[in-house]
Amino acid sequence: MEPFVKLTGIVAPLEALNVDTDQIIPKQFLKRIERTGYGDVLFYDWRYLDDGKTPNPAFEMNAPRYKGASILLTKNNFGCGSSREHAPWALHDYGFRCLIAPSFADIFYNNCFNNGMLPIVLSEAVIETLFGEVRARQGYALTVDLPSQTITKPDGGVIPFDIQSFLKERLLNGWDQIGLTLRFEKDIAAYEARRGIA
Amino acid sequence: MAKNIYEKIWEAHVVCAPEGQDTVLYIDRHYVHEVTSPQAFEGLRLAGRNVRRPELTFATMDHNIPTTDRSLPIRDPLSRKQVETLKANCEEFGIVCFDMYDPRNGIVHVVGPELGLTQPGMTVVCGDSHTSTHGALGALAHGIGTSEVEHVLATQTLLQKKSNTMEVRVNGALPHGITPKDVILAVIGKIGTAGGTGYVIEYTGDVIRSMSMEGRMTVCNMSIEAGARAGLISPDEITFAYLKGRPYLPKDKSWDELVASWREWASDPGCAYDAVVALDASEIEPQVSWGTSPGMVTGVRGRVPYLAEIADANARLAAEKALKYMGLEEGTPITEIRINKMFLGSCTNGRLEDLRAAAKVIKGYKVHPSIEQALVVPGSNQVKRQAEAEGLDVIFKEAGFEWREAGCSMCLAMNDDRLNPGDRCASTSNRNFEGRQGKGGRTHLVSPAMAVAAAIMGHFVDIRDWQYK
Ligand code: SF4
Repeated sequence: MEPFVKLTGIVAPLEALNVDTDQIIPKQFLKRIERTGYGDVLFYDWRYLDDGKTPNPAFEMNAPRYKGASILLTKNNFGCGSSREHAPWALHDYGFRCLIAPSFADIFYNNCFNNGMLPIVLSEAVIETLFGEVRARQGYALTVDLPSQTITKPDGGVIPFDIQSFLKERLLNGWDQIGLTLRFEKDIAAYEARRGIA
Repeated sequence: MAKNIYEKIWEAHVVCAPEGQDTVLYIDRHYVHEVTSPQAFEGLRLAGRNVRRPELTFATMDHNIPTTDRSLPIRDPLSRKQVETLKANCEEFGIVCFDMYDPRNGIVHVVGPELGLTQPGMTVVCGDSHTSTHGALGALAHGIGTSEVEHVLATQTLLQKKSNTMEVRVNGALPHGITPKDVILAVIGKIGTAGGTGYVIEYTGDVIRSMSMEGRMTVCNMSIEAGARAGLISPDEITFAYLKGRPYLPKDKSWDELVASWREWASDPGCAYDAVVALDASEIEPQVSWGTSPGMVTGVRGRVPYLAEIADANARLAAEKALKYMGLEEGTPITEIRINKMFLGSCTNGRLEDLRAAAKVIKGYKVHPSIEQALVVPGSNQVKRQAEAEGLDVIFKEAGFEWREAGCSMCLAMNDDRLNPGDRCASTSNRNFEGRQGKGGRTHLVSPAMAVAAAIMGHFVDIRDWQYK
């Protein structure tokens, strides 16, 4: 897994509550066998008009000024619904590496770490301010620094954030869960020997 | 100290519990199917990793496969690709795969128990939420995500937090006409679709103890619909009798030794649970769901609720939305709801006992003229063969039902079997979410007997009044 250390990127706003995994990627796209290639169908029902091809001008993220965004700013309970990993895959494939919201759904939050993305929880007040600033200034970019747990704004203002130390370590080192568990290979082998699993 | 079955299985599978992270838990049996596994195998390849214990993993294809003539190619190219990919991945990594043509093929949760692959005391996982079905055999079984599928393939372990336990005790004796499906729907109706969140449920009580293994699987199958992580039942004589002679039992032990070791897993008398829910069987009626979540359910003699009688504002809003989707008026008696489709099958109710119960009801009757499609889809090839040996297929066909090949079929409509917008279906599956059986389709969850009786009459009827011919 690619490590996450520091990122400076354009911020795209998504002003919606309780965005569920079906809205992130609808179920008709689950028949693919790859982990990649879901970026084009991210937020499918919102992003395109009824023909499924023409970008919907009413969908804010479609505006040219948010092109190339790598940070998603959104609202409460993002990622609720199923444990389906196609949702974080689609966000990652689109180019997002960092998600900022007042809260995330539990399984989705963990799935982000399995896919090299940093979800950051900030207070609703701070998020509101950020929404205002993003819209006020074209090319609005944030610098997210994981070692110091800070977000630096274009005006130099600094926002600190919290993250569980174990999850931080995982992202910084790009450790995937399998890599972590394989550190206990000896224990697994010993367990199998004890059980007579040869 | 007296322990419950979950605590026993958990403790016996802890590999290590490293400081500051989740417990590393050993996995005895891993099932894979075509939808949630391709990216896991791809991940292994990308990282240059191997499958640690290929002999502990078994694959079947079930979600995408057609239930019509299997000699024809799968029409949807994406479905075909998923199915072919599973086969290629299994060959590459040395995993046994029951492909579409294998006599052992079927829905993963039907196949595992019937082959004896799932046994008491095991930890069982699969990239599929209804893995809880296997808990009926006294195993700790639950669904996992695709990253976890890859994790199990690579390490034969899973990182887990210990759950709380809930005892759901069903006492008394099941009244005439009441089936295991009605029991579990009544449980969900009582505790709600989030009632089991954070828990592993153990089902206990006279009703469960006297229930057949197939019935117990129906009950455990829908634990997930109550929000629980898993549902299980302590093994007993009924469990052992079911397992006897199944092909994948361990060969290095005598039958008596196996039974003695399995018996150990049962909950100790006087063990404790974090929560207890009790139900009296005599109060359970044949259940019919009216809404878009399995908790929106009532007895067949009941009616669709009036919104004004729902006290909680959020629940009222959800009910209003559900009624709109379902095209139902408040207060409609359940027996006045007319259907145009019927689906008998799925990992909830696609086993032999379910087909037998349904065949008994329809014998001598014909499907009602208003029914456009009545599908009977066995849960596995083995179920299909047994049913045909008993002549059940003839009874279904004579009554006007379609007799299909095994698979998930219209439970989730990933193959060609699906509802059209506005269709109303009596279904023996487990989920009635919006669009689950096809975009705009309306699902009513019921038992097999209730489903076929509705197909005969054209609307829901109380199976307790049925005239058997
Ligand atoms: S029958 Fe339905 S619930 Fe069961 S595994 Fe297949 S799709 Fe899932």
